[in-house]
Amino acid sequence: MKRWSCCLLLALVSASTMAARGTGDLGLFIERASSSVQIIETSGNTSIGRIEGLGDLSHASVVYSRDARYAYLFGRDGGLSKLDILDAKLSGRILQSGNSIGGAISQDGRLVAVSNYKPGGVKVFNADTLELVADIPATFGNAGQRSKVIGLVDAPGQKFVFALWDAGEIWVLDMSDQANPSIEKFTNIGRNPYDALITPDGRYYIAGLFGEDGMALLDLWDPAAGVKRILPNYGKGEQKLPVYKMPHLEGWAVAGDLAFVPAVGRHEVLVINMRTWQEAARIKVHGQPIFVMARPDGRQVWVNFALPHNDSIQIIDTQTLAVIQQLKPGKGVLHMEFEPRGEEVWLSVRDEDRVEIYDTRTFERKRSIPATKPSGIFFTARAHRIGL
Amino acid sequence: MHMTRSAWLALSFLMVAPLAANDDIPNDRQQELRNLLIQDCGSCHGLKMRGGLGPALVPDKLQGKSADYLSSVILDGRPGTAMPPWRALLSPPEAHWMADQLLQGVPQ
Repeated sequence: MKRWSCCLLLALVSASTMAARGTGDLGLFIERASSSVQIIETSGNTSIGRIEGLGDLSHASVVYSRDARYAYLFGRDGGLSKLDILDAKLSGRILQSGNSIGGAISQDGRLVAVSNYKPGGVKVFNADTLELVADIPATFGNAGQRSKVIGLVDAPGQKFVFALWDAGEIWVLDMSDQANPSIEKFTNIGRNPYDALITPDGRYYIAGLFGEDGMALLDLWDPAAGVKRILPNYGKGEQKLPVYKMPHLEGWAVAGDLAFVPAVGRHEVLVINMRTWQEAARIKVHGQPIFVMARPDGRQVWVNFALPHNDSIQIIDTQTLAVIQQLKPGKGVLHMEFEPRGEEVWLSVRDEDRVEIYDTRTFERKRSIPATKPSGIFFTARAHRIGL
Repeated sequence: MHMTRSAWLALSFLMVAPLAANDDIPNDRQQELRNLLIQDCGSCHGLKMRGGLGPALVPDKLQGKSADYLSSVILDGRPGTAMPPWRALLSPPEAHWMADQLLQGVPQ
């Protein structure tokens, strides 16, 4: 009898994990202090699983395989974990460096690249097996120093683009011939690039600068033109306000011809005209902006902030460039992720151990999901977008 | 020549002040500071203080650095780097308390 009930239990368990389902409404969020992720679905807005034992997840981020079944998780301790989000299990994990910051998946989905702080550089792995394919040390100067690498994204043509924090360079790594990777380097792009993004068409790579005003723009359709500086002197030589958290450039907040980016050391969102690459406007906001993210339709831009303003969100109307709403989800709003068509947005509220779901039309809170120190939120819609 | 009573008092106050400072921070504020140290300092220095954009702040990397020095870096930042001045958010005794935590090793 006892054996029989065990068999029955096994059958039930395997039936539940093997039930056919798509992954288009799945995603996960990082629980950064407990080395875990929660897997969620956005059709019913529920948590459906948890994977633990994932190492140091300070500043962890995720990219998805093109079948949107596997998530590649980049941890601070150099861990690269491959998560099966359908079966809620770890299907591979390596420690590939001492200290890493993020990663990207190649255009064809066969390569995963990781940007490392220590030792500074990029490593490229086989997405199936996590075997090393290429090791690109970020060396610069005459003494063979190595730079921390930031802003790693994928680009069309089986390329990865990234920036060197210590060196002030942008590198384009071409992996189309895996045995012979080639690198094109752009030097003197500006002091301390802190993060970067690529436009959704994969054409423009833009690195934000921490060490000086402005951003560095590379047109990947015309690399011979070199890196151009945009928004120079937006700080007008004024003393910077303290930056208690490094802003992030993720995705590309674009509405029509306008792009929205965080200013550094100023409580402003900068608006760029993408036809001329000139400053079109600046919008006064509640604090130092961290993430400046457009709703998928581009009609709204949502902004979160560094300490001591990190309990709030502001929403900008991209037609009028006015702040139309301010929300107070709670202490430590770290990240936000829109559902693929933008009717709802998920916010991680770290210090209150909750992930909140808001309606983006009414700004009402619709649901709250318990979480342990949640940070980054990543939905599978990223699987099919360049640069995410 | 002998010291006046008030000079003795002042001197003894100076001697005990650094010890007394930590006791002045209420428990719930210590809780907030611990969270700030792990979560917010941890954004750059790593949740386990093993480094990130900012340097590692584990005890063996801090050898030879005093709590006074560390608290001055916390309060005034390091100009020319990404380390901001925290003076607007932390009092000197609070910065000193955090420096002590770093020197002892932040509990994981």
